Amino acid sequence: MRTDFVVREVVTGLRRNVTMTVAMVLTTAISLALVGTGLLAVRTIDRTERLYSDRVEVQVALTADISSADTDCSQAVCSRLKATLQNSPLVSSVRFESQQQAYERYLQLFKGQSLADVVRPQSLPATLRVKLNDPEAGAQAVHEAMVGQVGVRNVIDQRDVVAKLFDFLSGVRNLTFAVAVVQAIAALLLISNTVQVSAFTRRVEVGVMRLVGATRWYTQFPFLIEAVVTGVVGAVIASLGILVGKFLFIDDLLSGIVSNGVIPPIEVGDVLWVSPILLMIGAGVAAVTGYVTLRLYVRL
Amino acid sequence: MIRLESVTKMYKTSTRPALDRVSVNIERGEFVFLIGPSGSGKSTFLRLLLREDVPTKGTITVADLDVAKLPRRRVPRLRQRIGCVFQDFRLLSNKTVGGNVAFALEVIGKPPQTVRKIVPEVLELVGLEGKAERLPHELSGGEQQRVAIARAFANRPMVLLADEPTGNLDPDTSQDIMLLLERINRTGTTVLMATHDHSIVDSMRRRVVELSMGKLVRDDVRGVYGVGR
Repeated sequence: MRTDFVVREVVTGLRRNVTMTVAMVLTTAISLALVGTGLLAVRTIDRTERLYSDRVEVQVALTADISSADTDCSQAVCSRLKATLQNSPLVSSVRFESQQQAYERYLQLFKGQSLADVVRPQSLPATLRVKLNDPEAGAQAVHEAMVGQVGVRNVIDQRDVVAKLFDFLSGVRNLTFAVAVVQAIAALLLISNTVQVSAFTRRVEVGVMRLVGATRWYTQFPFLIEAVVTGVVGAVIASLGILVGKFLFIDDLLSGIVSNGVIPPIEVGDVLWVSPILLMIGAGVAAVTGYVTLRLYVRL
Repeated sequence: MIRLESVTKMYKTSTRPALDRVSVNIERGEFVFLIGPSGSGKSTFLRLLLREDVPTKGTITVADLDVAKLPRRRVPRLRQRIGCVFQDFRLLSNKTVGGNVAFALEVIGKPPQTVRKIVPEVLELVGLEGKAERLPHELSGGEQQRVAIARAFANRPMVLLADEPTGNLDPDTSQDIMLLLERINRTGTTVLMATHDHSIVDSMRRRVVELSMGKLVRDDVRGVYGVGR
């Protein structure tokens, strides 16, 4: 295969259908950008999950009488509960937070807000804060072991709170993927159509090629490469788009929750991680579409 | 070089076969006219040789290849051994004369230095030296057909098929083209030319194969167009 020949044919082909080429590149770029956004969402979800699995605790809240009577978990009921928890292999550590400590943390959290004034130490329960080795099985076990025990008011799994955040992130991911799929179908049809138009405008060339005994590769390769070039350019634009989007919108949008440590920030590195994937998807999908189109719709 | 043995070609849309048990044997280096009225099967004949189509029955051998049994991927090899010229020239309008000839060599993978060497040689052979940089529309019909012949002959095919090559040309120009085809024939290339042109066939006195309604009705070693009709 002579590369100079293929390069020349591809350039001619792309230039000849320039409006179509631009449409094809943009559609591909948008659909890949959406896929990229989806991938970033997935990555953020994974990372957030890891972040929380380290941080998330199960809280065993003690009843009001125990809470007020026991300030350091030295009395029988609390220490027995604590010992039970500590003996479980699923538990990594147990920390006691007294009513007073809970109150101080509360004041800290709601400093300067009117809520801080209405709460008294007595209205907050003392808690046993359990860190788990295995968040999934551990939370379940703690729940089973503690609910209904003397001195236990209730068990709060912080993951239930975090789950709402994950639901939101998954929603974002699913939405972007759904739009990406629709957009991808449009891109596929455009690529297929462009390959057909391209083959039609070059039917004389292709006719001559067939006649003088050019192999299938020679006749079809330029069309395939054209499609792949579109896919690759689309992927590059998509990656740049995501990068620009990160600085212009995403960073602003997420700045609040990122600085609070609710979710990890999206770094340039993440975009760099996504780009090669988009590049492969773009090139691969375009090549397959081009090939199928040539086989099914174009007689070369 | 070209051998048809009892070749029949039926098209689905027609009740009469386009070719009906046609047997012809053309030796290496022969110059043969294929004549007959429109619809007599000339085009089908040429299409079968090029493996644009496969015969319904019979065997075809071209340049030592069994055409009908040739697997798809080997078809290019067959076509590289056959040069083709048409009534409508089929030149690439956006490429120069030299570019048109070079294109035919490039697409079969000839290296650039070979292409650079062959193109001027073959342009000289067809009498177009000095016109390599012209575009097809800047040439006369006769010159355009010369480009087409140069392109067909560039790869030194064993067989040259010409389908009404003079159909669009005036008699004088046609004569020039025939001289060129003769010259190519003298290099040892087998030439098979389908034509309606009585005067050319009559003046050349070469072998004439005539088809009528898909049947071979005449095969004269030194024929003229009108005899037997």
